Amino acid sequence: MTNLSLALSAVLVGSTSGFSLDMKAQAPNTRRQVLQKTAALTTSIAIPAAANAYAVPDLNYPFEALEPYIDAPTMKIHHDKHHVANINKATEGKPEVDILELQLNALEAGPAVRNNGGGHYNHAFFWDEMAPPDQASKTKPSASLEAAIISSFGSLDEMKAAFEARAAPGALFGSGWVWICVNSKGDELKLVGTPNQDNPLMKGVAEEVMFPILGLDVWEHAYYLKYQNRRPEYVSNWWNVVNWDKVSENFEYVKEKKAGVPVRG
Amino acid sequence: MMLLRLILTALSLGALPATVAIDLPDLPYSYDALAPAISEQTLRTHHLKHHAKYVNTANELLKSEPSYANLSPEKIIKDRKLRMKNLSLFNNVAQAINHAFYWKSLSPNGGGQPSGQLMDLIQRDFGSFEELKNKMESEALTCFGSGWAWLGYDASKGHEKLVVMKTTGAENPMALGITPLLTIDVWEHAYYLDFQERRGEYVKAYFDRLVNWSFAEENLKLLGLVIAKDEL
Repeated sequence: MTNLSLALSAVLVGSTSGFSLDMKAQAPNTRRQVLQKTAALTTSIAIPAAANAYAVPDLNYPFEALEPYIDAPTMKIHHDKHHVANINKATEGKPEVDILELQLNALEAGPAVRNNGGGHYNHAFFWDEMAPPDQASKTKPSASLEAAIISSFGSLDEMKAAFEARAAPGALFGSGWVWICVNSKGDELKLVGTPNQDNPLMKGVAEEVMFPILGLDVWEHAYYLKYQNRRPEYVSNWWNVVNWDKVSENFEYVKEKKAGVPVRG
Repeated sequence: MMLLRLILTALSLGALPATVAIDLPDLPYSYDALAPAISEQTLRTHHLKHHAKYVNTANELLKSEPSYANLSPEKIIKDRKLRMKNLSLFNNVAQAINHAFYWKSLSPNGGGQPSGQLMDLIQRDFGSFEELKNKMESEALTCFGSGWAWLGYDASKGHEKLVVMKTTGAENPMALGITPLLTIDVWEHAYYLDFQERRGEYVKAYFDRLVNWSFAEENLKLLGLVIAKDEL
């Protein structure tokens, strides 16, 4: 990128980033959108295609912010070492597509896109649905999300219990994620487990394409330093860092758009 | 006294439940024997929490599948119908077997190279030891998610050769008719406390200091292969 377009990008990123619990339903600040805005402003200057179309978004909180439920070393290694934008290698030379749009046909696109594209989306989604415990504890599902939870699960407690059961090592064997999704018709919440870095946005993974509003990484790297084999303890502690305001926002978004939640990066 | 007589009679008639089908073997070495490559904490957790849990769960599940209780673990692993009927039983039995095999694949005096018939076969089927090692490392590193990398022997007619492969989850090469000779566990729990995301360093330590080629040679001997000199 030229220096001018870099500077413009920096201004745009600076003005739209920042963590806020009461986020309005504004267009999310993906790096791609920033680049597109920049490109529009600098059309008179030739801009070479970006070699790294996807980037790992910074966390909205410091590594130690989710203590004691998720330890700082885990957050640092998980974010800096596991969430690597390997998807760039798999998509080099191909037309730029938002990471969200890569999900639908990920299985067809092959293991490199499925594993790395899935992993990039899943982790970007994961970071932003969490918040430090003293902030998270002040959040709760919106009235409409709560109604959907009651309708689909009976109560929030029953949903959590079902979620924890689905996340248990016997139920989700090996590596994977557990999700609460809005179904494709948009009238029900579904609990889904997916293996490795798959997610329900990918055609062919779940019983139908579904839109996650909440997801938990149960790969061992997500909890092993602090919890070792005690995955159930990690899962039951995790509720303490769930930002229900963001989850509620995710819910409104997917219901309205019948599409997956966009992520940063 | 009467009660004791009753119990002994019942035992001799086979009326009491059979002894547990899967056992948790002790490690062939002490918990600190593989340090610093694999720490004592990792060995204790891996053996006493992960491996033990698979064993206990397998035995628990076998109680409701009595027809499988007297089968060898190998027969259970190869049973295609079982996986479809009771995947959890398969996973736990297979993981119990895989881990027992893994402990023996490691040694406090490991590393180096094999000799004898195994080395002959490596040279026949891979060209060199380096090639074989590179292939095994590559399988271990490209196993996405949880799984294992193996050196095995395919003894099926017309296919006789050494095989290097990876499996996912609890899968074991026996299910494909391949005899395992060595394994490395690449589930994250096998290396995370010591190496975190650096699986490559763990795999290197395995080949440099831990891999038990004697065990592989023993497993090969059990096959009783006769290789003609002109095949080498």
